[in-house]
Amino acid sequence: MSFLQVRNLSVRLKNGPPLLRRVSLDVAAGEVRGLVGESGAGKSMIGRAVLGILPPSVQITEGQILLDGTDLLHLPAKESRRRIGAQCALIPQDPLTALNPSHRIGSQITDRLVDILGWSRTDANARARVLLDEVQITDADRVLRSYPHELSGGMRQRILIASAFAAEPKLIVADEPTTALDVTVQKQILKLIAGLQARHGTALLFVTHDLGVVSKVCQRLSVLYSGMVVEDSTVGDFFAAPRHPYSAALLAATPKYTDPGAGLRPVPDAVIAAVRAEVAAFDRGPARG
Amino acid sequence: MADLYTVTDLRLSLPDMTAKPLLGAAPRIEILKGLSFCVPKGAVIGIVGGSGSGKSTLGRAMVRLLEPSQGAIRFDGADITHLPDAELRPMRRRFQMIFQDPMSSLNPRHRVGTIIAEPLRLHQLDAIPARIARALDQVGLPQDFASRYPHELSGGQRQRVGIARAIALEPDFILADEIVSGLDVSSQAKVLAMLEKLVAELGLTLAFISHDLSVIRRLCQRTIVLSGGKIVEDRATADLFATPQAAYTRELLAAIPLPDPSQSWD
Repeated sequence: MSFLQVRNLSVRLKNGPPLLRRVSLDVAAGEVRGLVGESGAGKSMIGRAVLGILPPSVQITEGQILLDGTDLLHLPAKESRRRIGAQCALIPQDPLTALNPSHRIGSQITDRLVDILGWSRTDANARARVLLDEVQITDADRVLRSYPHELSGGMRQRILIASAFAAEPKLIVADEPTTALDVTVQKQILKLIAGLQARHGTALLFVTHDLGVVSKVCQRLSVLYSGMVVEDSTVGDFFAAPRHPYSAALLAATPKYTDPGAGLRPVPDAVIAAVRAEVAAFDRGPARG
Repeated sequence: MADLYTVTDLRLSLPDMTAKPLLGAAPRIEILKGLSFCVPKGAVIGIVGGSGSGKSTLGRAMVRLLEPSQGAIRFDGADITHLPDAELRPMRRRFQMIFQDPMSSLNPRHRVGTIIAEPLRLHQLDAIPARIARALDQVGLPQDFASRYPHELSGGQRQRVGIARAIALEPDFILADEIVSGLDVSSQAKVLAMLEKLVAELGLTLAFISHDLSVIRRLCQRTIVLSGGKIVEDRATADLFATPQAAYTRELLAAIPLPDPSQSWD
């Protein structure tokens, strides 16, 4: 059984349009699943639903989110928060807004361990050092005493990765963790995340818009359009031959510097029209209860 | 072909305010360390480099939003290196800039029509409504977009407004600073195709700053690679990709994740 199972999850804006349309996906321990799609497709929304941090303006209308077999949506709010807090973590997109500018790095890694998970201060400090070593930060003493503004973007993203792995979570949601970084730093950070994930056997839900990144770090992927999963595939199958016309067009739009003729082709209007019709048919469809 | 821009030994330093003593001047950090290159008329050149390499600073110096500390920038024969604002202003119509983030470079309180009209008025051009209509048409936006606000548009549409504002002035040169990096691949493709068409139709000279070598390869005939404020490579784009000379260029190329699981990434 996969550690995370999302079953027929639908989310809508309160009194507004649907944002997720019966999304189903699994992430097993030790597996990386990519969530791809254009902006507004609902990639981040799935991650936020799993972590129980949906904005108050949206509501879940149906479906299940099973964490280790237990449906989070049928637990009392406090119990569901406790489980998520103990077993899940987030690697956010923008390392500068995710870190508190007025606190030192050290306390930002350890406070959660001490205040929420009940570790002793000594254990937490020792753990922070081990973690910084794991994310290849060599001068741990200086970094732990630093403030976020004193560190580079790549360094800050390493801190957030260390922080995400701090309490040995079973599931990590990474929400576009490298879009703010340049390519050479992106490569280091992706390798770091993939290495830690494999070593710790973590289930990883990786939100990104870059199919190049998916091909490097994921084993499976879900392609989203307008809150609907149009393709769920293994990375090998998908890049060999995408099944859905929309995901094939998305792949054709992805730039490839080795082949100047390929890539950067807009998704054809006919493909957009077809996938929109699919979404409309779904909204009318008898399958919805 | 004549050169539109000739840049010789360009140096630019900015005060480091984090190291400024309470009294006295801040120490200066050199951002651009002696750059020399030229941009022929009608060329599309790419400027690439990692964050902090100085590519945006170079762009801003070329359109004289920043004043160089040393060296010279000649635009169409005229030395604009230290030209005072008053003399620069009439020239500004000829070199325009498109910014990275259209949300912060388009006034949220103005309608698209007003946004495009403002620089036209500033340069006291005639037939402003006709110019707005033509610019919207050239970037592929319907005429009724003139009465919309930026927040009503998608990212790709906003970036088209930024482009319309620049080309409405009929400039000779456009500097595009990371203009597609905030867009989805599909909108990127559309904006780039449009830009390519405009450059050909209007005979523009374009400098395209990007960290994305795939985009550069698609658009630019020549590419300048910057690292640490210096030019490490300046060659025809096809040659640069076929046989990258500088170690930094090779590193940059190797770091790009291709949409292909068989690509080795070590």
